[in-house]
Amino acid sequence: MTEPVSVRTAVRVASEPLVAVEELRVSFPSAGVEAVRGVSLSVAPGECVAVVGESGSGKSVTARSLLGLAGPGAAVRASRFTMAGRDARGFGPRDWRRIRGRFAGLVLQDALVSLDPLRTVGDEIAEVLAVHDVVPRPGRTARVVELLASVGIPDPEIRAGQYPHELSGGLRQRALIASAVAADPELIIADEPTTALDVTVQAQVLRLLADRRAAGTAVLLISHDLAVVASLADRVLVMKDGLVVEEGPTERVLSSPGHEYTRSLLAAVPSASSRGTRLSAPAVPLPERAAGHAPEVLAATDLSLSYGSRRAVDGVSFTLHRGETLGVVGESGSGKTTLARLALGLLDPGSGEVRLHGQLWSGVRERRRRPRRPAIQLISQNPLESFDPRHTVGRLVAEPLRGLPRRERRARALELLERVGLAPGLAARHPRELSGGQRQRVAIARALGPRPDVLVCDEPVSALDVSIQAQVLDLLAEIQAEDGTALLFVSHDLGVVHHISDRVLVMKDGRVVEEGDVDDVFFLPRHPYTRDLVAAVPHLPT
Amino acid sequence: MTATRTPEAAAGPVVPPPPGPAARRFGPALRWLGPVARRAGSGLAVLWAAATAAYGALRLAPGDTVDILIGEGADTPGIRAQIIREWGLDRPEIVQYLGYLGRLLHGDLGRSYQLQRGVGDILATQVGPTVRLTLAAAATGVLLALAVALGTAGRARRLRRAASAAELVSVSVPPFVIGILLLTVFSFTLGWFPVSGAGDPTALVLPALALGLPIAGVLGQVLREGLERALEQPFALTARSRGLTERALVARHALRHALLPAVTLVGWFTGVLLGGAVIIEALFGRPGLGQVTMLAVTGKDMPVVMAVVILSAVVYVAVSTLLDLAYRLIDPRLRSVR
Repeated sequence: MTEPVSVRTAVRVASEPLVAVEELRVSFPSAGVEAVRGVSLSVAPGECVAVVGESGSGKSVTARSLLGLAGPGAAVRASRFTMAGRDARGFGPRDWRRIRGRFAGLVLQDALVSLDPLRTVGDEIAEVLAVHDVVPRPGRTARVVELLASVGIPDPEIRAGQYPHELSGGLRQRALIASAVAADPELIIADEPTTALDVTVQAQVLRLLADRRAAGTAVLLISHDLAVVASLADRVLVMKDGLVVEEGPTERVLSSPGHEYTRSLLAAVPSASSRGTRLSAPAVPLPERAAGHAPEVLAATDLSLSYGSRRAVDGVSFTLHRGETLGVVGESGSGKTTLARLALGLLDPGSGEVRLHGQLWSGVRERRRRPRRPAIQLISQNPLESFDPRHTVGRLVAEPLRGLPRRERRARALELLERVGLAPGLAARHPRELSGGQRQRVAIARALGPRPDVLVCDEPVSALDVSIQAQVLDLLAEIQAEDGTALLFVSHDLGVVHHISDRVLVMKDGRVVEEGDVDDVFFLPRHPYTRDLVAAVPHLPT
Repeated sequence: MTATRTPEAAAGPVVPPPPGPAARRFGPALRWLGPVARRAGSGLAVLWAAATAAYGALRLAPGDTVDILIGEGADTPGIRAQIIREWGLDRPEIVQYLGYLGRLLHGDLGRSYQLQRGVGDILATQVGPTVRLTLAAAATGVLLALAVALGTAGRARRLRRAASAAELVSVSVPPFVIGILLLTVFSFTLGWFPVSGAGDPTALVLPALALGLPIAGVLGQVLREGLERALEQPFALTARSRGLTERALVARHALRHALLPAVTLVGWFTGVLLGGAVIIEALFGRPGLGQVTMLAVTGKDMPVVMAVVILSAVVYVAVSTLLDLAYRLIDPRLRSVR
């Protein structure tokens, strides 16, 4: 097993690309899908190349094919495919195993499931050392601790003996990176390495990858997020439907994109500068909202709720006026979802109160609350989980309209579907047959059924591709302008909140650390935590 | 849908801080002691409930106890009175019940009506062959299932289909039919194994197969599905990306994941083994608890029936306690749950 070392020096000397593939095609014959349809890319030593695209663009399949891991049912073809200076088209299982982990390491999204949950992180890292025999057995434990320390994990001796679920999301992802770099590979392939991480943790992980790169390791970064790529990549490839539609230096592609798709992707990213305009059709202003003094619809005073000794929500007050959007931002565990549930009257606060239309809403009996429930509705992150999978779309949308006679109910359901931009034909379909964006539209249609005054949106666009997210955000803004609905908009994404909100609450550990006009808070943050948050958001070049 | 999720969704359980020095020293022992004590407590409650239910069933069963005790013997009022005195049947119901529980606590299972011997003695002589049979059957089932699952998981579709069909047949054919088939082929036709008895170790082969095959069928299916699911998980992809062979991936990662659902089935197959042993022992003419139970049920020998019920309950409680601990051993995520 000494061969990879010699391969490595050979590459260094020739300064050839570490990996180069031309006309890569990957199809899954049993499913009748061609996921990658002729992609060419190469990564030179020490270079960072990014592949950006939405779901279904083929970016992950491309990345996995480079390690021979496209899957057992995949047919991979290429007119040229060199890896570590050898023709990878003739690689057998043994050749691939020498490459994997030793020459190129893979980092996936979400280490909770990407590390074996039944094994300690130390064992996982030691496995790489054992497989490639880079460190003899007696030295492995010490090397594992060194590796954990090198990715910035405090108390590495203790952490090595812990299981992935015992580590926070950030530490877990670092441990995963430590396992990928344990055999000191020439190339790291990182497939959505920061997705599902909090923004401050994402910044740390990106810095870690940048450090690795500075130390000479090449990085192939796969992401759906253009801004994440912007800070790290030398070159970027934009993929759509299995093809590279544009490629070039990161700076050039992101600041003056040549392809229409890249332009629409960039335009769809919500931010401060996109306020008041449509994201799905840029430069088209959103309908004006009625100005003037609006009545208060929802008010919370000094809300607190504890789970055991942990204060999930701690002394939070807010008011929400008709036609207004109040953003709530915070990282995981900040209490923002609990706050949304308190507002909905799904939880009762330990102290403090919520008033809806001036009348007491918290702490009342459900029997009294139920007739008032139509006034406040929820749009959640994952509609598929909140829908009965056996109901048709029509039935799902008609469900809250129980007060109406049957025929009117159906007519109103179709009207609602039309309003959210869905064809009436979809009424007979099941939620599983719809795309993510369509499902979220169904959720909005259902929430609009009872003609609510307040929509509580809990991470409503977090599971959507950026172009679909743009459409859904536009739809919400339109509805708000037409109906004067007030939105309580909970999100971890500062760009989304800045785009859609009038005012914002910044939450940390159950408390509101800062609140105010969204421009004031995000442009001139006063609280140190808000400053950290704003600073951690990756930015596109302007 | 993208693969995007919010931090909330991925955050998982609240992450405990690294344990302090005291917890580190005593943690493992305390972690295991609590669940064991809790399981033992609920196990005792189950045993009491089983004993009481058996006792209640005895009192409610049709037929007079004295009639059964007399059996074919002389039936005179004097003998009746003597029997009633001897067995304490004239005492109040509650005293009889408490007396019964008290005797149980001392390990006294009572006397058989039919055999006029201590039930404990009867069970002690018969339990050995049954234990041998059930353990052999369990081992057969588990080994066959493991072999088939490891040999077919993730392999060619035709291979999986064939294994799956064989498993379906072994599950759907009752054990006694399997037993008869095995006897016909291997004993009557080929003459490789004895037809009945328990003296010879080879006499164990066919009964263990007949009893173990249905277990192998179900367990094999569950193991294969578990393996295939585990091999599709992101951690399997990560492991492959480290350069692991498929065999090492299965041995070090996937098998443990596949064992979790399989362990759940152990409770079910304890029942299959206990129930199946009665039939298989009869079919192969083996001594054992099965035969004792059959005789006791047909002869209304209630103390023996009760003892068997209680013994089964003990086995169940012990097995489920072990299972609970096995889960914790396999899955560290269960250990940190209070």
